Amino acid sequence: MSARSPYFTSLVTVALLAVLLGAGGFAYPGFLSEQVLFNLLIDNAFLLVIAVGMSFVIISGGIDLSVGSVLALTTMISAWLLQTWHWPPLAVIVVALALGAGFGAAMGALIHYFKLQPFIVTLAGMFLARGLCYLISINSITIEDPMFVAVSQAQLPLFGGFISPGALIALITLAVAVYVAHCTPFGRAIYAVGGNEQSALMMGLRVGRTKVLIYAFSGFCAALGGVLFSFYMLSGYGLHAQGTELDAIAAVVIGGTLLSGGYGYVAGALSGVLVLGAIQTLIAFDGTLSSWWTKIVIGGLLFVFCVVQRLMAIGAAKKAAI
Amino acid sequence: MSSPAAAARAPINPSKVPMFVRHPLFRPLAALAILLLIDLLMVPGFFHLEIKDGHLYGSLIDIANRAAPLVLAALGMTLVIATRGIDISVGATVAISGTVAAMLIGGTMVMQDGVPEYVANTPMVWALCAAMGAALLCGAWNGLLVAGLGLQPIVATLILMVAGRGLAQLLTDGQIVTVYYKPFFFIGSGYLFGLPFSIYIVAAVFVVTALLMRKTALGLFIQSVGINPVAARLAGLKTAVLIFFVYVFCGACAGVAGLMITSNIKSADANNAGLLLELDAILAVTLGGTSLAGGKFSLAGSVIGALIIQTLTYTIYSLGLPPEVNMVVKSVVVFLVCVSQSAEFKNMWRRAFPARAKGDAS
Repeated sequence: MSARSPYFTSLVTVALLAVLLGAGGFAYPGFLSEQVLFNLLIDNAFLLVIAVGMSFVIISGGIDLSVGSVLALTTMISAWLLQTWHWPPLAVIVVALALGAGFGAAMGALIHYFKLQPFIVTLAGMFLARGLCYLISINSITIEDPMFVAVSQAQLPLFGGFISPGALIALITLAVAVYVAHCTPFGRAIYAVGGNEQSALMMGLRVGRTKVLIYAFSGFCAALGGVLFSFYMLSGYGLHAQGTELDAIAAVVIGGTLLSGGYGYVAGALSGVLVLGAIQTLIAFDGTLSSWWTKIVIGGLLFVFCVVQRLMAIGAAKKAAI
Repeated sequence: MSSPAAAARAPINPSKVPMFVRHPLFRPLAALAILLLIDLLMVPGFFHLEIKDGHLYGSLIDIANRAAPLVLAALGMTLVIATRGIDISVGATVAISGTVAAMLIGGTMVMQDGVPEYVANTPMVWALCAAMGAALLCGAWNGLLVAGLGLQPIVATLILMVAGRGLAQLLTDGQIVTVYYKPFFFIGSGYLFGLPFSIYIVAAVFVVTALLMRKTALGLFIQSVGINPVAARLAGLKTAVLIFFVYVFCGACAGVAGLMITSNIKSADANNAGLLLELDAILAVTLGGTSLAGGKFSLAGSVIGALIIQTLTYTIYSLGLPPEVNMVVKSVVVFLVCVSQSAEFKNMWRRAFPARAKGDAS
């Protein structure tokens, strides 16, 4: 029963996405064009990448609040290295990704070896990364590197429409993550740690290594999200992507991953992100609704999904008791 | 400023130095003392107090005044954390209560006439009641989700954190509401007997809470819920009611903080009022020596923690460092405090310095 519950919420999310898109298509002519759907992916590519990393963390029973700040820090470092130090763009990207992964690994090590709560460590990480952004510069740095500009303007034709290279990278990240989560020993270790860390340890799994790697992966995803975000915005700024960590958590929860850890599908991140994107697009299409409705609707959805998850967990516990 | 510190130290016999060092408030007080010492050496006239127009002016008063909303939020957060919970919707509650008060007292209409009108749209007492009511509702909502449905506290309060600011913006239609009614300003920037009025509010909340915790069994109950919720329930405590109560209390504290902030800046900004206040409050509680794992808590420690944060901010400003350094320093402090509180670190310490640890343990 319990194994089926995330499966069920994932299906609910897909159905919700279909209903949202259907309602949009019914209300606004032109909403259901391919390009509007592709734009959902293009505009939310960075969020998808971050949500994939967050899925791993949440499945392992943790939480990572630093991703939004690490994203901002990555845009800032990339812009700074490109504009002030004139590094080659590829080297910049490699350094940025390595820094993100290192940042995550350091937090994971603190969480595991000092038995600290993931919440407080990543909260401090969030402050640290934002603070470091402002130490580089308080102002926005515009990226003028030809390669970054070229990538930001590139359009890959697909089914009569186009997607951006960023969206493609996000989809590849998702595919790799799904493979890692479901077909590798590391993936199974993540689920085991999330299900019951003590049992995982007694089974002989290397819990410490797994946890450090999970946070390193989340940090890497946040940095990759940052690179995609700098392709998208062509600037580095300490105020970029404020509150993205909450969007990512919301997307993962709406995608059907249980916040208590141990259950969930990495692919659910895609449906969760698309639902959030569809809500934003619908509100933008409407024109009369103001932007704060997005927050209220996302809060409401989060509430409904949390309650449903909780009720299903209670139901499963009752069934098990019988 | 130094008087509460001195009062806390006074009862300790100076001949028993180790006991003094082991007092739970020693580390936060030492941190505050070091910060104040830096200020004494680096900032000229830091401890200078003077009376202007019957009001006491000076850096110390300024810090206490500005720390007031944070102290309130930290007091509420202390009880929540003591029950193994967390409330990350404090900032959103601040925005909601401030917005409700500002809208009811008003008013946007006055702005359009161009003539300052000093009449409140709603009697101020009712407006304040409504604002506090909204804050209590926020707290009750969190309490219901955590105690009633059994959601994890961070997730339950995340919902209000995401939606709360949206609701506040919905109320104001995305505008910043300016208040023109003078008596309202008294809450955040008024003076009573030469001291800022906000200090009295904070002191009153602190004294009432401390009395409730010390003179009734409530403090013990909350502590036992935090130490072992199941055992507390089996021992006959109504854990759900207690947990519900601490979230309502946290909401109320955030509501008062919201009134104070709105009154101080004479307007309600649904987008930015109390932004990241929840994080500072959690930081203050942690600095004060309350463990995030729940159980034992210290209200006085949280007050000192909040004062440390505000003094740190003030110091960084007056040293001429960019204010952004603040965030980096805060985060490093959190890392250090958390690591030093962890059992693993204490074990490592004991292994590294066995002789000293033995002396400590005796």
